Amino acid sequence: MLGTVSHLELLRPRTVPEALRMLRDEGPLVPLAGATDLYVLLNAGTLPGQRFLDLAPLAPLRRIAVGDGGRVVVVGALATYTQIIRSRHVRARLPTLVEAARQIGGAQIQNRGTIGGNIANGSPAGDTLPVLAVAEAVVVLRSHAGERRVPFGEFYTGYRASVRRPDELIVAVELPPLEGAQWFRKVGTRAAQAISKIVMAAVRSPGRPRIALGSVAATVVRLPRTEDALAAGASLDDAARVLGEEIRPIDDVRSTAEYRRRVSANLLRRFWAETAPARPAR
Amino acid sequence: MSPLERAPRLMPAVGQSVKRKDGIGKATGGTRYADDLVFPGMLHGRTVRSTVPCGRVRAIRLDFDTAGFTIVDYRDIPGRNVVALIEDDQPCLVESEVRHVAEPILLLAHEDRESLLAARVEVEYETATPVFDPLCSPKALKRLLIEKGSLDAGFAEADVVVEGTYRTGHQEHVYIETNGVVAVPEDDGRTITVYGSIQCPFYVDRALQGVVGDRARVRVVQTETGGGFGGKEEYPSILAAHASLLALKSGRPVKIVYDRAEDMLATTKRHPSVIRHRTGVKRDGTLTAMDVEVVIDGGAYVTLSPVVLSRGGIHAAGPYRCPNTRIDGRAMFTNTPPNGAFRGFGAPQTQFAVEVHMERVAEALAMDPVKLRERNALRPGDTTATGQLLKEDTSALQVLREAVKRSGYRRKRARYAGTNRGIGLALFYHGSGFTGSGELKLASRATLELTERGGVRILVSSTEIGQGTRTMHAQIVADALGIPYEDVEVPYPDTAVVPDSGPTVASRTCMIVGRILQRCAEEMRARLGDLSPAEYVARRGPLAVTKQYEAPPWIQWDETHYRGDAYATYAWACDVAEVELDPDTYEVRPLKITAVQEFGRAIHPALARGQIEGGTAQGLGFALIEQVVMRDGAMVNAQLTNYTIPTTLDTPAMDLAVLENHYADGPYGAKGLGELPIDGPAPAVANAIRSLGIDVREVPATPETVMLAALGRRADAARHAHALAYSGAPIPRGGMDGAAAVEEGNETLGRDDDAIAARMGAGG
Amino acid sequence: MRFTLNGRVVDVEAHPMRRLLDVLREECALTGTKEGCGEGECGACTVLIGGEPVCACLVPFAQVDGADVLTIEGLGAGHPLQHAFMDEVGAQCGICTPGMILTALSLGPNPSLEKIRTGLAGNLCRCTGYEAIYRAVQKAALGARRSAPARREPSAESREPL
Repeated sequence: MLGTVSHLELLRPRTVPEALRMLRDEGPLVPLAGATDLYVLLNAGTLPGQRFLDLAPLAPLRRIAVGDGGRVVVVGALATYTQIIRSRHVRARLPTLVEAARQIGGAQIQNRGTIGGNIANGSPAGDTLPVLAVAEAVVVLRSHAGERRVPFGEFYTGYRASVRRPDELIVAVELPPLEGAQWFRKVGTRAAQAISKIVMAAVRSPGRPRIALGSVAATVVRLPRTEDALAAGASLDDAARVLGEEIRPIDDVRSTAEYRRRVSANLLRRFWAETAPARPAR
Repeated sequence: MSPLERAPRLMPAVGQSVKRKDGIGKATGGTRYADDLVFPGMLHGRTVRSTVPCGRVRAIRLDFDTAGFTIVDYRDIPGRNVVALIEDDQPCLVESEVRHVAEPILLLAHEDRESLLAARVEVEYETATPVFDPLCSPKALKRLLIEKGSLDAGFAEADVVVEGTYRTGHQEHVYIETNGVVAVPEDDGRTITVYGSIQCPFYVDRALQGVVGDRARVRVVQTETGGGFGGKEEYPSILAAHASLLALKSGRPVKIVYDRAEDMLATTKRHPSVIRHRTGVKRDGTLTAMDVEVVIDGGAYVTLSPVVLSRGGIHAAGPYRCPNTRIDGRAMFTNTPPNGAFRGFGAPQTQFAVEVHMERVAEALAMDPVKLRERNALRPGDTTATGQLLKEDTSALQVLREAVKRSGYRRKRARYAGTNRGIGLALFYHGSGFTGSGELKLASRATLELTERGGVRILVSSTEIGQGTRTMHAQIVADALGIPYEDVEVPYPDTAVVPDSGPTVASRTCMIVGRILQRCAEEMRARLGDLSPAEYVARRGPLAVTKQYEAPPWIQWDETHYRGDAYATYAWACDVAEVELDPDTYEVRPLKITAVQEFGRAIHPALARGQIEGGTAQGLGFALIEQVVMRDGAMVNAQLTNYTIPTTLDTPAMDLAVLENHYADGPYGAKGLGELPIDGPAPAVANAIRSLGIDVREVPATPETVMLAALGRRADAARHAHALAYSGAPIPRGGMDGAAAVEEGNETLGRDDDAIAARMGAGG
Repeated sequence: MRFTLNGRVVDVEAHPMRRLLDVLREECALTGTKEGCGEGECGACTVLIGGEPVCACLVPFAQVDGADVLTIEGLGAGHPLQHAFMDEVGAQCGICTPGMILTALSLGPNPSLEKIRTGLAGNLCRCTGYEAIYRAVQKAALGARRSAPARREPSAESREPL
């Protein structure tokens, strides 16, 4: 291992209120959940800070429950991918989130990585993020001063940047009711345990589809113009063309801009074909 | 009555999957690998490496408090600043000239790893213009020419001529245990012992002795090694030298274990290749002329490039008979970290090219690919490209027919037509042991000695690296001596104790070293006479037998002209790959591999199976998902996140069949096996993709490459592959020497037009 | 930190941000857990925490406070998986074997081939091509089925209030 740790500090709150107080009074602190990125960033020399706040013992943040009179599925920020995979609430409400969690890495990563971490990292390749985007999930932020809810589409402001203030914690993500067939596809560098080259989530909602893509821009992106086109009855060829114009893929060590562009268009067609309403039987 | 008659009848060990000599330690955590070793007073070592590909070191600044540090540069080298291998061109530490990124400049050691890592060293360089593209390189590290018959005559006879250029990229070994050693100054004040993850203890011993000169005697002990695949053949000499220099200067044990990123960035990889074929063939499929040009990228120093070129060149015309053959090979210098040994050693590259090319020849003739191969496959009595007369231990036709039958190749090909599934095959072979006179030069020796307990101990420098050396050697000795397998001991190779049996490479450990051990055992049996080992020791005292390699008397090899018996024998195989293409993402998923392999006979069937399954998986990685991305002469995806090897979900079911065809001079008829399996999967997969109508001539056939090929953009696919391996440098317009245009530069050419010239009614 | 290590409660002192992998190998002198990549990609450093496989190279030491940690040493030398791995040649060079065995252990008493393949997707092996590993896991399961009582599967909803 390249990075040294003796200069790193870890604060260990015992309760959520204590954690929030620390964030407010003893910052700057980087919240630490499953830590699946920590040492990778340390070795790369790109740690976001040297002082950390250990969230791991905060059990209330791990719960997956139904709230708001059964309307909303509340997934605690510290819910691991394994918990999400096993949760009958999530399986019922947002099976594509389960799919994303299954493909995020091997069992070892699934057992440690958390949805709050995936959201907080804000990687453009984050596998759950397109799903949350089309689910129009709500990010619940809490500080010592109170709680606020931010629609997922308003959460990110730029590359790995969000509206989360330094004294706030993501405590949960809320999944509202969702109508329409759900679709998810991750394209990685191999069959298992791979970083996305392209990751797409979509919902064939009545009236207007919802489509989101990862790894084609600085953040996960909804595709409003493509959605508009499809909602207005455009042909798939036209919609695919609009999609190509809406995204900004790049060449990187894993793939090429052209590949991402072409394959996104193909995935759009596949989503549309696979979620087409079935003909009623005669 | 002789002891053999008195003793209860022993089950032969050879041919059985006997209980391995490794014990249970690998499964309990008890077995110790290099990084598990701890010595009193041990320091940790770190290597400061160049960050430019070409230039000179102008100044080195140490921006840290040097108290407690041991610092070594080239001036501390007591012997020669050379890593001895084939040519002595590679320095152990940079003096001033830098020829590649990650070249070692300075060594640091400290008791505390954190202090070691935190020490900042600034190096100032004067940079010069690097060479990255082997096709544009001004310097050849090695050239090779193999000629047979007359190309002109051969092309004159041909009805059809097919040309093509094929590419393979770097491949990284990804042994799960990285390179690591501990150098320990011994109490005698004179010896330095290196314990390490090492395939070839005597290579290290020799190289290290050159570096330490008269200052110390050298001893090398192999620790349990977590995978080698050739990546620990020559590289550990450098690492051992570094650790030893620090140990000599500090007087303390020094451990250097690379982390994964450093290992991937700095150590050897498979030589990338660009291979051009021009083949003349008759309408009925008979090959009349094979003109092959092989260019491999050697990197910044010679290391093993001459031998990689040699083996690759000898296999470049494939397992086929052709009266007129010319193989022109060169290993080129580039300002990249030197490439080196990797399972297959040139043959996976050249056999990828020839097998994909043969598939295109079949297309050009509208001929069944199996029939084309049947017509031309080498048979006993045929001669190879080097003019070697093959004997009865030649099984090309048998493996081909068995693989075709077993896989249902023809039936599936018909059934898959027009779907997104494809099936393809590759016929291949692999010479066992060192090329030509290599084994004679090695003069390997093995010793058997009686133990006090009445058993026998094997003393060889062959290493166990997971392939089963210990077990397999013990089986051979047990049966040849007529004693129970349990009574044979195999300790760790220690150069102070064992003779030099040569390196653990080139698929020679069973066939060559095992054979020497067999002869030792036969002589020991004769000298024991009527006595059992225990009786002999009790009555007559110790007994040890040492024997040296003897070449089979019929081997004739001309080193200068590369003619004659290149290898004592060959192993033969045919792989059939079935794949499924995702039309949206161009991902190719292997569904099944049928592997029919003939390697003489299996000494330990389960271990042999392990070699085939493991080598096949590694070949699949090479074929589809393992891509080294180079920028400015350095690997930029030097993490396992970004250099992806096959997981369980990337590896399909494998159907294996082992055919037997004994090699008379191998132990119990065995040939070499370790490398054969990795030669086949890449062309088999590429040919399966071809059966989908997609013309892929590069590996890895990543989805990005397959997409370009599927869109009919051959030139872009070639350019893409070339750019990834050679740092974004554009492919030269024109051919391999910058001469006549051979490169598929014309983007408008469709697949069928591409460089297929038909000369109908050729006469001469 | 105080935690349970291979069935015994232990108190170990180390920097809270030290990797669990380093604490196990150095402070605890248990070198059976191996470092293959330091990025959580290869699984050679797999240990079980609360019965679930995790990469010890990614776990900050502070986060095992009060946890139940099992390393390969905790299996002793008699577990059916250990013998099956050697007998079936599921271990060639052996460096991935400790991690592989622990992940296999977490798959339960009688995993299907599909479950084995998916469950081991986070453990890389470069030597075997995985086929012999499947054979080893299935063989151990066969042996265990004949003797041990069934193990309860972890509940999917154990953390969810109604």
